Amino acid sequence: MALDPDLSAAIAVTRFGLGAKPGQLAQVRTDPRGWLTSQIRAQGAELPRGNPEPSDQRLAEFRQFAQFRRQAQGRGRIAGPAGRNADAAAGVGGPSPDMMQAGPDPRPDAQAGSVAAPGGQAPDPVRMAQRLIRQEAAVDVLARAQLASTTDGDFRERWALFWCNHFTVAANKLQTATLVGPFENEAIRPRVFGRFEDLLVASSSHPAMLLYLDQARSVGPDTMAARFLGRGDSQPGLNENLAREILELHTVGVEAGYTQADVTEFARAMTGWSIGALRDPDGQVGRFRFRPMAHEPGARTIMGRRYAEGGQEQALAVMRDLAASPHTAHHLAFKLVRHFVADEPPPALVAALERAYLQSGGDLAHVATALVQAPEAWSPQAQKFKTPYEFLVSSWRAAGTQPDRVEAVAQVLNGMGQRPFSAPSPKGWDESAETWCAPDAVVKRMVWSEGLAAQVLAGRDPSQLARDALGARLTPLVATAISRAETREEGMAIFLMSPEFQRR
Amino acid sequence: MTDLQSLSRRGALAGALGLGMSVQFLGARARAAAPGLEHRKLVVFVCRGGMDGLSVSPPVGDPNYAALRGAIAIPGFGQAGGALKLDDTFGLHPSLARVHALAQAGQARIAPAVATPDRARSHFEAQDVLESGAAQVYGVPSGWLNRSLEAMPARPPAMSVGPTAPLILRGRIEAASWSPGEGSDRDTRLPGILQDLYAGDPMLSRALASGLATEAMARTATADARATLTPASAPAGAAPTATPTMASQPAGMDAGGAALRPVLRQGLPQARQLGATLAGFMVQSGGPQVAAVSVDGFDTHANQGAAQGQLAVRLAYLDAVIDGLVSGLGPAWNDTVVVAATEFGRTARINGTGGTDHGTASTALLLGGALKRGGIVGDWPTLAQGRLFEDRDTAPTLDMRGLFKGVLAEHLGVDRHALDATVFPDSGGVAPATGIVV
Repeated sequence: MALDPDLSAAIAVTRFGLGAKPGQLAQVRTDPRGWLTSQIRAQGAELPRGNPEPSDQRLAEFRQFAQFRRQAQGRGRIAGPAGRNADAAAGVGGPSPDMMQAGPDPRPDAQAGSVAAPGGQAPDPVRMAQRLIRQEAAVDVLARAQLASTTDGDFRERWALFWCNHFTVAANKLQTATLVGPFENEAIRPRVFGRFEDLLVASSSHPAMLLYLDQARSVGPDTMAARFLGRGDSQPGLNENLAREILELHTVGVEAGYTQADVTEFARAMTGWSIGALRDPDGQVGRFRFRPMAHEPGARTIMGRRYAEGGQEQALAVMRDLAASPHTAHHLAFKLVRHFVADEPPPALVAALERAYLQSGGDLAHVATALVQAPEAWSPQAQKFKTPYEFLVSSWRAAGTQPDRVEAVAQVLNGMGQRPFSAPSPKGWDESAETWCAPDAVVKRMVWSEGLAAQVLAGRDPSQLARDALGARLTPLVATAISRAETREEGMAIFLMSPEFQRR
Repeated sequence: MTDLQSLSRRGALAGALGLGMSVQFLGARARAAAPGLEHRKLVVFVCRGGMDGLSVSPPVGDPNYAALRGAIAIPGFGQAGGALKLDDTFGLHPSLARVHALAQAGQARIAPAVATPDRARSHFEAQDVLESGAAQVYGVPSGWLNRSLEAMPARPPAMSVGPTAPLILRGRIEAASWSPGEGSDRDTRLPGILQDLYAGDPMLSRALASGLATEAMARTATADARATLTPASAPAGAAPTATPTMASQPAGMDAGGAALRPVLRQGLPQARQLGATLAGFMVQSGGPQVAAVSVDGFDTHANQGAAQGQLAVRLAYLDAVIDGLVSGLGPAWNDTVVVAATEFGRTARINGTGGTDHGTASTALLLGGALKRGGIVGDWPTLAQGRLFEDRDTAPTLDMRGLFKGVLAEHLGVDRHALDATVFPDSGGVAPATGIVV
């Protein structure tokens, strides 16, 4: 490698990792590439130490909650409007997270433990339950941020975060809010250095994804289930949401040129991919369950290939072909390079990852190795503007600290436009500098930097922290500005807001 | 300088920063505009997710409507939860009470079958085309609203609402952005130091300068919004979904993870406040003449609902933002046009999960005191057998670009050549809609 070892270490930790902790650069310096490749391991990424309840348990609890809510409404225990609202909370949607007010809720009844029903007497049990469900998710958010802030395997963690975003499940319904953490832990993190096909199947069959993209209730129109369940105008039938997004976002991408008919056929092949319910006999509540009675019978043709009738296997066969497609190789390589290296990915680097993917049969460990071995990935110029999450995590790491309350994570991210577990669409969080370097967001970063400096600096020298975090990437201009600061806190804020710390 | 001072009543922040911060707004005011145009205002709502036109402006008079829609059909005029009547064919969703009141005053119209040129039914492609103004996806890296500013001699100031910059307003002209939240209302040296530090970094430098200038305006705008939304003037009869529970749960933070509260719990008072604050920006001297606002949550694949339900909640939210905007603008509403558009409509038939899938044409809403009174904009293809696009979606009869062109031409005086060549590249064959603005 032609690069100076100090600069290589700085690039390794900031571009591929999550930002240097004090002392980390010195360890990485001896072999920056080796430091990265040593983090690639078959068992996947670490699991944040959040709420240990798995998704099936949370889903079962949620189902009980929903049942309870219906009963409560039936008994008129909650006023009509509150009941309607509870229903709405289980549905999709909401105003843009962009518009979230980040300020604390000033009203006394918004505090935990004092959820009063309208009228102000007994606590409203439905709202208390909703609050508990949200608290579960909050624990997950905090644990994930703590892992990122402290881990020594921070390339592995960044790699996992990429795949969590690739297979986005967002907390746009109360139900999915509790499942994002378990989804990442159960479907994604264990497989991020395995075969892409396995990751795809794990994601597509996880209850969180089945709910988020409406697959769970999709029913083949010409099936027993459709005839049994059909009542009035709410005829059960096909929902093509997950099938479309698998094609468009998770695998081949729109450039592959599939048609509406391909989407519909794939949706038919996926009918029956569902979730075990309370009424199912075998104790599989809240887990993936294939429902043969809901599976549209017959052979399907998708993107020119014919798939014989085969129950659950039919969609698996489609996914196998999708994972093996050169379009998928290109789509994933492009996204990886865009995430790690530059908003405008260098074509040679994309091609190198594509080759690695195809030659290894979609082995993601192989692709990760190709990424860190490619000279094009090590250009000295930092071209990526950090997302809010990356900025916060790298700041905590630079300060040698970690968030200790969920508010310190969630409230700040809301204000900066990246509400935790709530990507605005199945496409996941945007990658581009243009999106994140918006005027409002930059001011919010500045305000937050001052606040963090006041909280965590504790008499330390900000010049030293900047050298520890940026190493050879620290420019004389910024070093001088930090040294001329009037207070240590001001110096720390300058360091965090410096162009080189804002990028990676 | 006078403009700058009027932006910030405090002035202290401006002093601390030197004058670099307000170049965008000052520059805009310094240029002469065509007479009258400098008061004209345009607000574009980007409704993300594929807003269902057949529920926004249900054609309850169309003989096929009820059968295609089943359980999610909006009931007819005069029925419980029924459509609010516009004409013999169309009504508005019952959550759009404020929009309906505007329509009765001749200040709201619908374009019921409008679509972008994109037919892929992908959110991301279609939003890209909707916002870029290109004929196909990835055609242009900037937004048509930004390029329309370039085409206006006065270069009117513009602003997006939300912490991230939407594509529609990205481009060569610097646009401000604002979102509700705490400001940096302190006098520190840091902004000035950072401005110096960013001298060699145009991206960060422009963003910070614009952000600080906007923040100074925000203090004034927020104060104005509070004045507008006194309890006496806040609309009493909110839409059916404006429940007390929602109102009592603003999307703030409390102990134990309310940050993860589904965003739809953002209440209607907050929505109204958002609209009024945007208005507060726009009525200030030097404030934005052009604004873009994103509203999402319209991807109703399941449990869409009819008069109530998740789509109703989203429309009530939109209605409340509009309500706040109208109230906040006051007399300036008479010089304003609002367009609310979405990337595509949804399937004409209800799907198997009580919702609708990605479709083609949808409804765009046109609002404003500057609007010309009239019926629907564009033709109604009907929902008759054989008239649906690919036997599935409302067929497009009006190119979205033509609608936007009509607004830009008649309201903001953008010339035809620029509209055809730069604002909407290679769109010479797409005629501007006419008769929209007085």
